[in-house]
Amino acid sequence: MLKRFNLKAWLLLLPALSLLIAFTHWPTIKSFWRSVTWARSDAAPAKFVGLENYEILLEDPVFWKVLENNFWYALGTVPTSIALAIMMALWVNSKIRFTGLLRLAFFTPTILPMITVANIWLFFYSPNIGLFNQLLAMIGVTGPNWLGDPDIALSSLMIMTVWKEAGFFMIFYLAALQTLSPELFEAAKVEGASAWRMFRKITFPLLMPTTLFVLINALLNAFKLVDHLFILTKGGPNNASNLLLYYIYETAFSFLDSYYAATLTVIMLLILAITALVQMLLIDRKIHYR
Amino acid sequence: MNKFSKYLATAGIASILGISTVASADTDLTMYYPVAVGGSLTKIVDGMIEKFESQNSGINVNAIYAGNYNDARVKALAALQSGQPAQLSVMFSIDIHALRNLDAIVAFDDVVSTDAERKWLDSFYPALMENGKADGKTWGVPFQRSTIVMYYNKDMFRAAGLDPEKPPTTWAEFAEMGKKLVKKDSSGNVEQWGAMIPSTGYPYWMFGALTKQNSEVLMNQAGTETYFDKPGVIEALEYWQDLGNKHAIMPSGVIEWGTLRQNFLDGKTAIMWHSTGNLTTVKNKASFDFGVAKLPGNTELGSPTGGGNFYIFKKSSADEKAAALKLVKFMTSAEQAAHWSKATGYMGVGPAAYETDTLKAYVKEFPPAAVARDQLTHATAELSTHEAGRVRKFLDDAIQAALTGQMSAKEAMMDAQKQAKSTLRRYQ
Repeated sequence: MLKRFNLKAWLLLLPALSLLIAFTHWPTIKSFWRSVTWARSDAAPAKFVGLENYEILLEDPVFWKVLENNFWYALGTVPTSIALAIMMALWVNSKIRFTGLLRLAFFTPTILPMITVANIWLFFYSPNIGLFNQLLAMIGVTGPNWLGDPDIALSSLMIMTVWKEAGFFMIFYLAALQTLSPELFEAAKVEGASAWRMFRKITFPLLMPTTLFVLINALLNAFKLVDHLFILTKGGPNNASNLLLYYIYETAFSFLDSYYAATLTVIMLLILAITALVQMLLIDRKIHYR
Repeated sequence: MNKFSKYLATAGIASILGISTVASADTDLTMYYPVAVGGSLTKIVDGMIEKFESQNSGINVNAIYAGNYNDARVKALAALQSGQPAQLSVMFSIDIHALRNLDAIVAFDDVVSTDAERKWLDSFYPALMENGKADGKTWGVPFQRSTIVMYYNKDMFRAAGLDPEKPPTTWAEFAEMGKKLVKKDSSGNVEQWGAMIPSTGYPYWMFGALTKQNSEVLMNQAGTETYFDKPGVIEALEYWQDLGNKHAIMPSGVIEWGTLRQNFLDGKTAIMWHSTGNLTTVKNKASFDFGVAKLPGNTELGSPTGGGNFYIFKKSSADEKAAALKLVKFMTSAEQAAHWSKATGYMGVGPAAYETDTLKAYVKEFPPAAVARDQLTHATAELSTHEAGRVRKFLDDAIQAALTGQMSAKEAMMDAQKQAKSTLRRYQ
């Protein structure tokens, strides 16, 4: 009896499980295996080299540079997009006119494909004909070379990413806000609580499950989204805006070094797994679920 | 849709004529082709293929358009690995060493059989063959090829009191005239730059021009050595730096490849160095009188060639190879090459193309179309080594580091040379 029940459960799991194994777990294992082998080219048989690829990685200055960039990139984009998303959600959730239009306006960047957006922003950022510098010129400021100056290229990418992502996260917050019971706020109002106090003591804590979800997504995106690099900077100038995933792409498809690319991939998987674990274990405990 | 309708049309015509298609007699060719953006280029290639098929009834060509050069290579190689058919492809001319290391391509010398075919293999401009040869054999046949040329705004030359028919021919003139072409507003901000040389996207390519102009090359023909640290090479990078810093005819820092053409069309710069592949677009969009000239030189004139070559894959049958060769011969024939050059701005690949009525008339009506060809006598190969992607990036990074002032030209080049040398050690 028990056996038949199990079989049914497994059968139900089978479609999802086979997809996961074929496209997630098996490639992961293969990447890991590839990261401990090496061959002169893809045509030659690979041989086991132990941790040699990882030793090369430790001495690779570009690897450390992209890691550092990714750290700043995550730090620069994640909290800002979340804060903006909450602000926008609160705004379009309030009873003002034209909320429909406003919601649409905030959401527009999200529905545009990243490549399209990057192609448009490439011209926004252009030092001589670009929108930003022309606006700055109107108030008498000489704008910077947004993508060409190694000191600000990464920040320029961050600005665009925040613009692109905040609207997406807003949707989750908006949905969450609409499930909050109005009685809580009425009671707080009766008690004479200020708007800020209501936000801090009621809204924000009740939004925490959403924040965790958004935080994980935003952090993963900070590592996963590199489409715009292809158009905007190609990681330049001199790796100033290079990110880990783009470096993996370069290694695999421009340098044709699938072994080193696998090594970098394993590192990226580790980073992502650890971040997700830390978030789940530490923050999850402090969240109030209803 | 296109393929389907083509199939329908073929089937329709065949049934009208009462021909029953004998599958075994037909040779199917799959060709990978790099097109970054769909549209005109796709249509032109499609048109040429249709013409080929109508002349060669036993051969069906299936063209797969696959993004940029990198994408096309990745997709073609992936198809081969997974056992799908691919007999030929246009890929980056500088991928030759990588493709040979992968044992993916055959030499054309081993595919040609008749004397006429051997003669055809000798019919291209020698400069365009440099990137296609290795170990004494020809592995890539030029097709979608370009060089860097100098586009300049004649109206701005006139406004600055310069002769619009005498663009700069030396480095000194380039800096001198550039200074006259810079225009500033009352508060000292530059409204119009003298010149722009792009330094994103393909910095190594532009640098190949500057080094050739200083009588240096960046690597050996075998692709096993680089010469980034030679004094002449460092000097070329210093000149590039000086154009932005000392002479101030260009914005200092890096200049974006992707927006440069728009900068030129919008009158933000009087001169730009860019691929000949832009010629037709500039011609159609420029609202001012513009000229095209050879790049200026220091000790000599020079530009690297660039662009894509035809390759034939090893993993095809003898019949397929013969059919692929036929297709390549057709696409590079004088008539087709002339048509292709006129439609796109890429070069006619051999002298015969410029002898056709098509190109003769076009060059007469629009002389800039011949500049790239005239410059070929001063051309050199594009940077192409083993581990090409990596080596290219060492150089790209070094150029950008120098142009943005992170390193001196010498430091950057010494560094790049050290890295390239250690990467190439395995191939010597």
